[in-house]
Amino acid sequence: MKAILEGSHAIAEAVRLAKPEVISAYPITPQTHIVERLAEMVANGELESEYICVESEFSALSAALGASCAGSRVYSATSSQGLLFMAEVCFNVAGMRQPIVMSIANRAVSAPLSIWNDQQDSIALRDAGWIQLYAEDVQESFDLHLLAYRACEDHRVLLPAFVCFDGFIISHTYEPVDIPEEKEVQAYLPPYNPLNKLDADDPLSMGMYATPDYYMEFRYEMDRAMDRSLAVLKEAGKEFKKIFGRDYSELIESYKLEDAEVAIVALGSICGTIKDAVDEMRAEGKKVGLLKIRALRPFPAEDIKKALSGIKKVGIFEKNISIGSRMKGAVGYEVKDAINDSSVQVLSYVAGLGGRDIRIRDIKKITEEIEKGKGDCFYGIREELI
Amino acid sequence: MADKSLEMVECGHRACGGCGPALAARLILKGAGERTIICAATGCMEVFSTPYPQTAWKVPWVHSLFQNSAAVASGIEASLKRQGRDEHVICICGDGATFDIGVLCISGAFERGHNITYICYDNEAYMNTGIQRSGATPFDASTTTSPAGKNSLGNSRPKKDMPQILAAHGAPYVATCSIAYPNDIIKKVERAVNIDGPCYIQIHTPCCTGWGFDGSKTIELGKLAIETGLWVNFEIVNGKLEKVKKVKRKPVEDYLKVQKRFAHLFKPSLNTTEIAKIQAIADANAEKYGIDLKI
Repeated sequence: MKAILEGSHAIAEAVRLAKPEVISAYPITPQTHIVERLAEMVANGELESEYICVESEFSALSAALGASCAGSRVYSATSSQGLLFMAEVCFNVAGMRQPIVMSIANRAVSAPLSIWNDQQDSIALRDAGWIQLYAEDVQESFDLHLLAYRACEDHRVLLPAFVCFDGFIISHTYEPVDIPEEKEVQAYLPPYNPLNKLDADDPLSMGMYATPDYYMEFRYEMDRAMDRSLAVLKEAGKEFKKIFGRDYSELIESYKLEDAEVAIVALGSICGTIKDAVDEMRAEGKKVGLLKIRALRPFPAEDIKKALSGIKKVGIFEKNISIGSRMKGAVGYEVKDAINDSSVQVLSYVAGLGGRDIRIRDIKKITEEIEKGKGDCFYGIREELI
Repeated sequence: MADKSLEMVECGHRACGGCGPALAARLILKGAGERTIICAATGCMEVFSTPYPQTAWKVPWVHSLFQNSAAVASGIEASLKRQGRDEHVICICGDGATFDIGVLCISGAFERGHNITYICYDNEAYMNTGIQRSGATPFDASTTTSPAGKNSLGNSRPKKDMPQILAAHGAPYVATCSIAYPNDIIKKVERAVNIDGPCYIQIHTPCCTGWGFDGSKTIELGKLAIETGLWVNFEIVNGKLEKVKKVKRKPVEDYLKVQKRFAHLFKPSLNTTEIAKIQAIADANAEKYGIDLKI
């Protein structure tokens, strides 16, 4: 069924179709419309879930963890400060190998306080052990929730996932979305089958502490699971295409890269604008293309290397800042490492922090900077304020 | 009725000899029974009972973090409800996790009315990290972060009144008990797990290592706390004080002088002013709860 839905409401539809037994969330802008819509669905009987109105994000994810340990599929959602408040629980959930799926309406972090979009929140949690998927538009945000549940709950993975989408730009924008039938979703996403759970008929201890003799192997196993998730996510993407028609069999997406001399690399909603900018620059005779990264964790390094092979100039749009680092943005390092070729120029551009708009003309200007070989810097600083 | 012969906490764990909390763990499960899921906070009990790959727990047990047991338990309860399962959900957490760092999660869980029993084993300081003061540490107790010294008489603040805080949340059942009275613990836990809604039990669990007394005297210490009026065993049911353990009160010195944490009140000289302040705390308890036996 095609519908014109606000991003948040589309995501709520995806959650409804995934049928989590427990939803636990706390309101924060710009995530609120999702949890409001879910509360409405529960109140109207459209969704049979326990909805826990917790008193904080810290408890939101803690309660989700408890429900997951008891054997339920669970859901939560947050943004920005909420995610940072959850940080300790995030590491814990991943360490306890609970396949929780959580929506992240990406938003800048304080100070200064900002409710507007960038990707600092989820990127700050890069090393927490969560799969991180980034969506370009409302449809992809919808789709990645179903895909994330399927991949996370796969016994070869058993890791949690953030499904990230840009706050306001996606969460509050109306777009046409294809909402599949319930039975199609059931075929794609069978009921959760936990490997272990808290159960009086089969008691076990979970979350025990580990001495130096044991700790490292737990972390090693997490890392191996994340490595395995590369293939599992791709499988889940292929299966998705079979049932729903949209192709997520790759964790990256190439746009006009085949003969490109300059490649722009980005995550999230900005990719849509970049595609338009690429089209305009192509019409002007510039050989430019886009590499969209759909998964930051696991990082599809081999695929990125392949997609960018032969391109000598690469620029990464970073909606985050790694304060004090040489390249400035956090993603650039990983792209540079994936390419691993000193003859290729790889530069980062920090742009669009705290919701500052990135327009087609900005993308063209940054492309000129890439061509000139000037980068690893902020783009769009208002010099008069400095 | 609870099967008191059940031993759901296995011996061979790593608690100190004479550990009050270890005794509490055994008694709690005698009251709660086998169909119980334990949600633990980081702390002594978690550490002495579950060094991977060993566990002392014969019931399902989960530990997440220091401060989130009440929230984790909320999620477990919601999940069981949705699945139509019947296990009791019990948090067992120390006083640091309960009085200090976990208050947010506990308050939220009680306000939401989850069907859980939250049990605090109160040994009156952060014992797992080396005897630092918590909100449960009694007045004048010397700890490693409230040490007695030339300018200090130990912990300068009275113990926080957690049971009343949770009673004020509208909890249907709030009780205190002590490892000195084992059957009372079993009875109160059994009562709590069979009441619908969030129940709170605070168990006085003397800590020989942290308080400075011989491990063979744990029960004796627990008794002295009750007999001096510095600990009161009571039940608050639907906001009303229902039952209080009455005693023929002894002077507080009897309890204080046998513990190293209060030694500075006796040496180099007897500090009658401070002891009088502690006596006043016991007198206020006696007055508030009516613990004095009329003879």
